[in-house]
Amino acid sequence: MKRRRALSNACFVLIFSFLYLPIAVLIAFSFNESKSRSVWGGFSLKWYENLFHNEMVLKSFGVSLAVAFAAASVATVLGTLAAIGISRMSRRARGVVMAVSYVPVVNPEIITGVSLMLLFVVMRTGVNGAVSRLLGREAEPFGFGLGTLLIAHITFCLPYVIFNVGPKLRQLDPAIYDAALDLGCSPRQAFFKVVLPQLTPAILSAFLISLTYSIDDFIISYFTSGTVPTLPIAIYSMTKKRVSPEINALSAILFVGILAIILASNAVDSTRERRLRRAARREEGRG
Amino acid sequence: MTPMKKKTVWAASPYLVWMTAFIAAPLAIVLYFAFTDKAGRFTLANITGLGAYTTVFARSIVLAAAATAICLVLAFPVSYLLSRLRPANQRMMQMLLMLPMWMNFLLRTYAWMSLLEMNGIINRFLGLFGVGPLHLINTSGAVVLGMVYNYLPYMILPLYTIMVKIDSSVIEAAQDLGANAFRVLTRVLIPLSMPGITTGITMVFVPSISTFIISRMLGGGSNLLIGDLIELQFLGNSYNYNLGSAMSVVLMAIVLLCMSFTTADTEEMEAMV
Amino acid sequence: MKKRLLCVLLAVALAAGCLAPTALAEGEDAVTVAPGYDYTRFQGAGVTLNVYNWGEYISNGADGSLDVVRAFENLTGIRVNYTTYDTNESLYAKLKSGGGSYDVIIPSDYMVGKMAAEGMLEELDLANIPNAAHIGESYRSRPFDPENRYSVAYTWGLVCIIYNKTMVDEADLAQGWGILWDEKYAGQILMFNNSRDAFAIAGKLLGHSINPRSAAEIEQAAEKLKEQKSVRPGYVMDEVFDKMCGEEAALAPYYVGDGVTMMADNPNLALFLPEEGTNLYIDAMCIPKGCRNKEAAEMFINFMCETEVALANAEYICYSSPIAEVPPLLDAELRDNELMYPDEALLARCETMAVLPDELNSAMDKAWSDVRSYDAAGNGWVMPLLLAAMLALSAVGYWRKAVRRRRNQF
Repeated sequence: MKRRRALSNACFVLIFSFLYLPIAVLIAFSFNESKSRSVWGGFSLKWYENLFHNEMVLKSFGVSLAVAFAAASVATVLGTLAAIGISRMSRRARGVVMAVSYVPVVNPEIITGVSLMLLFVVMRTGVNGAVSRLLGREAEPFGFGLGTLLIAHITFCLPYVIFNVGPKLRQLDPAIYDAALDLGCSPRQAFFKVVLPQLTPAILSAFLISLTYSIDDFIISYFTSGTVPTLPIAIYSMTKKRVSPEINALSAILFVGILAIILASNAVDSTRERRLRRAARREEGRG
Repeated sequence: MTPMKKKTVWAASPYLVWMTAFIAAPLAIVLYFAFTDKAGRFTLANITGLGAYTTVFARSIVLAAAATAICLVLAFPVSYLLSRLRPANQRMMQMLLMLPMWMNFLLRTYAWMSLLEMNGIINRFLGLFGVGPLHLINTSGAVVLGMVYNYLPYMILPLYTIMVKIDSSVIEAAQDLGANAFRVLTRVLIPLSMPGITTGITMVFVPSISTFIISRMLGGGSNLLIGDLIELQFLGNSYNYNLGSAMSVVLMAIVLLCMSFTTADTEEMEAMV
Repeated sequence: MKKRLLCVLLAVALAAGCLAPTALAEGEDAVTVAPGYDYTRFQGAGVTLNVYNWGEYISNGADGSLDVVRAFENLTGIRVNYTTYDTNESLYAKLKSGGGSYDVIIPSDYMVGKMAAEGMLEELDLANIPNAAHIGESYRSRPFDPENRYSVAYTWGLVCIIYNKTMVDEADLAQGWGILWDEKYAGQILMFNNSRDAFAIAGKLLGHSINPRSAAEIEQAAEKLKEQKSVRPGYVMDEVFDKMCGEEAALAPYYVGDGVTMMADNPNLALFLPEEGTNLYIDAMCIPKGCRNKEAAEMFINFMCETEVALANAEYICYSSPIAEVPPLLDAELRDNELMYPDEALLARCETMAVLPDELNSAMDKAWSDVRSYDAAGNGWVMPLLLAAMLALSAVGYWRKAVRRRRNQF
């Protein structure tokens, strides 16, 4: 038994060192005085300072967050509505809609990116021509930018919302909705007061999944962003030039930020759980 | 139920419009470009012309398959051990395994670049013992390593999700009935975690075969993959939408083929998302 | 609860992200500009320019240099959205697909000609760019833009080979461009990751012009480039800086200006110009069709031609400046560098890229994909392995189906 424990621990140590060593090295070199990626030249915080003066990174970070929030919000609303509608469809129609919805999930990202880019190119020429004819003058063509980026992000977030909310919706007891109607709710009230609250956890987690996918996405944005760089695109263009250790500093900040968010949410979770358990025990004692 | 049914179906209509415009239509356009020439006439030349790139397609499939296999071999024991931990530890460990995934994959790949370089950390470390410098970067091995590193959690997660549901008593029963470790593995563990395995395979294989960043950063010039080739046609140096679309269609076909062997079960996929 | 907290944290991050750039926006970068030009016309008008430039191609404030973009913003009140590309071809692809979003671009000679021919460029109003008069005679009215209608030169220079003195035997340099094919340096050679530059080198080696005259010449050059695969070249653009300075590679063809920058970083590096001759390029500022504020874009171009700005750029990126006033103001070290400001004899050995006819362009695009995909060694194993994998996969699939069928019988 002991040997097995040791084996298990060794296995975890190995996998964790594989996963974390590169990141540790990356972060360690963010404090490097020299520009080298492999030679230590003394401790310094100057790359952090430079990073905070790097307008491209800051701006693109703002863009990333704004796009992520906007895309996740729109996708959550559209997707939740869609999930509700889909759940009432006939079996056949649902099958078709779900099959198409899977496409962005299972398709390689590069194809989603390329296909959206082609769509925008075709729209640019086609729609622009039509609008010009309608106006009787040369219309200003829409370019790639925030608009196309948002459309792309909403598109790849939507399926995740549907697949998160859909199953929850199916688990709901339709009788509760009917009961609300019987008790005098209008269908609208019944939806907002009875159905929606039960869906809230699923909707929230769908929102968060969309948010993280959107912030993390590089490939689809790469093909659809035009002039507006998101953070991953800024990182990519940083790696294509003379690489400054600012990129290490950025990694360190992102890593610490993510770690903080996860630890904080975990802590909140576990205190709540403890409180619940304590309450349960108290109930038991009383009973 | 009936009144709600009629009305609420309409809730999906904005999505249906969106889906048609931004999921279905783009794919139709890709197909259109794949089968037309620059003047818009029907042609099969784009598809037949892909014969010249057979090696790139083959290399992509082989490297992605290798990465998937390695991921499976690494993830299987890890997920199993993880699923046998105490629940409190499980959550902690699971979080730790997922944490690197939250870093942008460009940064993760860049980290490996600085490790593998000729004058990188690994070669400097080996140099202390008088070994090397080894050619680590710009090899297909480096590309596979990059894929494994980036997509390993995609394999662990579905495997773990399935394995937590396997009751330890099933394994003990098999052992009591005289099965050795190997038989427990092949007759009990693997069959029971099959849904996780298939999902994991798809989740690793699909991004691996279509990547263009990993091969660019770790593969140097001679490890071009399908993704690179497609990027080259759309935003890179070759500028040929028609050829690029044809490549995309073939890539889609490969992915579909792969998925038909692994999972086509909608319910199963839904459980993973 | 967990999720709500996450949301709050992210919202805080969002707010911080939005506030940070504005807090940092004020800087002290200022330049003195030539009198008589009203740079403040657009002050407070909320104009934003999308400037699309090569990477590492502007003085950016690092190491005490002038931050040109910031200085322009401070002077004019115009916001600049500055992004970078890595090759002429990717610039072209990006403009073709989503044009109309950039205001100033800086393509090279042949690309200026190609874009002008395809109607992708706006005609410049030189009245708004008085500083264009400072451009030296040799960099105006070139074949790619004979009437100076579309472009104002930004920099020019030669293509050379950068090598590491400790890794390369200097006697081998006698091979000229051929050294990039020398198997002695296998694994240590870098190559241009763009078609025109790569084909130019192969063309030179074959004794052709850098401007292929026929599909056959392209074919031959492509074969030559495929031959190079035996030295396992790494295809790079600006990644060349890190690879050469970090001594990851021994030899790389690149632009002289960048070579000079690299030499300053790593004294082991040196430049060398093959006897066969080389490419003299002129990169020029243009305004693409669809530009939203042409006058502001012209103001930016004019600003880039200000002597002080051009000098800052020339000092920082080390490319040769076409502005007549600039070279005499440079440090002697740069001014006297014969690769940066070459003499007539050297210039006689240089060629400038011309606009190719469409069919040669497509032939080269296609050939470039072929070259990049071609693999000299180690293809033997790919196909059999693939076949084996496919067979195994389908066997597993059938086996699973059979098992399931059998199971379903019970």
